[in-house]
Amino acid sequence: MTNQEYIVDVRHVKKSFKDVHAVKGVDLMIKTGEFLALLGPNGAGKTTLVEMIEGIQHPDEGEIFISGKQWKNHQHELHQMIGLSLQETRFMDKLTAYETMRLFASFYKLGINRVDEVFKLIGLEEKKKSYVNNLSGGQRQRLALGVALLNKPKILLLDEPTTGLDPNARREIWNILLDLKKEQKTSLILTSHYMEEAEYLCDRIVIMDEGKILAEGSLQEILTLGGGHHSLDELFISLTGRHLYE
Amino acid sequence: MNKITNHQLYRLTVAHFAEIIREPAVIFWGVVFPILMAWGLGIAFTQKGVVTSKLAIVKVISVTDSVHETKLASYLAANAVKKDSSYTIELKNAKLGNVNLVFIETSWTNAYTMLKKGKVSMIIEDKTSETKYHFDPANSEAKTSYQLVANLFTYGSSFYTFNQSNIEPLTLTGTRYVDFLIPGLLAMGVMMACAWGISYTIIDRRSKKLLRRMVATPMKKSNFLFALITARLTMNVMEALLLFVFAWLYFGIKVQGSWPALIVIFLAGNIAFSGISILISSHTANPEVGNGIINALVTPMMVVSGVFFSYHNFPDWTLPIIRNLPLTMIADSFRSIFNEGAGFADVWREALALTTIGTVSFIIGLKLFKWY
Ligand SMILES: Nc1ncnc2c1ncn2[C@@H]1O[C@H](COP(=O)(O)OP(=O)(O)O)[C@@H](O)[C@H]1O
Ligand SMILES: [Mg+2]
Repeated sequence: MTNQEYIVDVRHVKKSFKDVHAVKGVDLMIKTGEFLALLGPNGAGKTTLVEMIEGIQHPDEGEIFISGKQWKNHQHELHQMIGLSLQETRFMDKLTAYETMRLFASFYKLGINRVDEVFKLIGLEEKKKSYVNNLSGGQRQRLALGVALLNKPKILLLDEPTTGLDPNARREIWNILLDLKKEQKTSLILTSHYMEEAEYLCDRIVIMDEGKILAEGSLQEILTLGGGHHSLDELFISLTGRHLYE
Repeated sequence: MNKITNHQLYRLTVAHFAEIIREPAVIFWGVVFPILMAWGLGIAFTQKGVVTSKLAIVKVISVTDSVHETKLASYLAANAVKKDSSYTIELKNAKLGNVNLVFIETSWTNAYTMLKKGKVSMIIEDKTSETKYHFDPANSEAKTSYQLVANLFTYGSSFYTFNQSNIEPLTLTGTRYVDFLIPGLLAMGVMMACAWGISYTIIDRRSKKLLRRMVATPMKKSNFLFALITARLTMNVMEALLLFVFAWLYFGIKVQGSWPALIVIFLAGNIAFSGISILISSHTANPEVGNGIINALVTPMMVVSGVFFSYHNFPDWTLPIIRNLPLTMIADSFRSIFNEGAGFADVWREALALTTIGTVSFIIGLKLFKWY
């Protein structure tokens, strides 16, 4: 039984690596068009959870439904529906940004029209002919975001898309995502350890640590529920005794 | 939308190929280096003209001797050209090639140092009563020098000159060292290019999480591997052609056997090493581990498969193993086609074996293959 209102439905999911319990029983539901931030320090289990939703890793226990379908029997349909950027992916150094985009476009049977559209969307047109290894960190992240957007995904999963970027580069990414949000066609799951990012972009915030969800709701909700804290950082310290990014 | 240039197999192949040719190091090691090696080794081992053999003499005169001249020194004083403390004797023979024997008079300590450094191949202990030769019998250059010097004292320099009529020097194409070397280098090129170009590329992309990123799209996994092999094969054809054209123009190398058979072996060799490369790179995401695995594959074959020198000096019991190594099969088949006029009938077994090795490795590799 799945609820069609929720495009992603994660139920009691667990995942361990030998004796490391990376994800210890997580439930998560995301509505169509909703932007969700997954906040937590390094090692919280964010990447593992997101990669299970992406079908790259498989849960030891629990189930994941995307648009009511599971990965096991619907790989092809689900690949068409999602767009993603992994934490720390590196594209081929000696391909140009344009060639990289065309390569990934070909996987979706898309041609140069869509590639040109995406370059406009990510504002990287003047860097089309640059080799990937000559792009700045921010430009690479925008390229990765562009690749994720090629197939006009219903669900976009971005794993720490702005980590290590300067405030300007970060804002450029945020602006692209805000434009996307206005269209209300795409759901976003974004992992981060920057609270401003969650506050600025997302409808709902999920705080994770040690493989578990500690708090969940809109910014106002979790601050109130947490006992009237003034900021997410304060809330996080009271929940875990630690800062969000350490 | 159905344009070929939008097809993923096309785009993957173009991407892989672009990465190969945009890397200057790849061009150097794949194209320039084999040609330099062919040139250097080809020249070194086909040099005509004069061969010079250097030998150290240590004079030992004991005080009790009534005669104060040693045997060899007296001979040299009478027959050799002296310059500082070295004596040169020219042995002439139009068919064997001229040999200059250079005797350097020195002390024991010096003589040993020169021997260790390879400056001389033998130490001659020159006494009033006798002459002793100190050398390594396993060193064929030293052995030859010994025989020349010993004959020189017994018969005089004429021993080398006379009776030339029964010597027939072989200068036919197909019997020189370069004729042996070039097919070996071509075979080695296939192995190296696949092992590094395919295995290393896969491991590197896995370590950068690029494989993981790609399989999170509707890309067909087999297309990725086929494109990688196709791009590599294209490059291998170009590398082999350049080396061949060089050897043809510079050394006059000829293919005496069948061109189609040569092409079939070349393709089968590429299939064999592409498959093996995919198998050995199916698991690790660590480039350093990958480095070790690739070296463990290629180094033993480089040594035993007879790329540079014939493997017939290895013990007899190893020969059946050596002959069935993929690199040996390629090198031997190439050689028989280049130099012995072999055709398809002579090499089809190797072609079949190589193709089977490649296909089986590919299938196993694909089963084990870790995309993330
Ligand atoms: N492939 C893996 N093998 C072993 N341990 C892993 C693996 N992936 C993640 N882990 C461990 O699981 C925990 C959660 O990691 P991760 O999901 O990457 O956290 P986050 O993305 O929040 O930083 C960490 O302790 C990490 O070391
Ligand atoms: Mg992570």
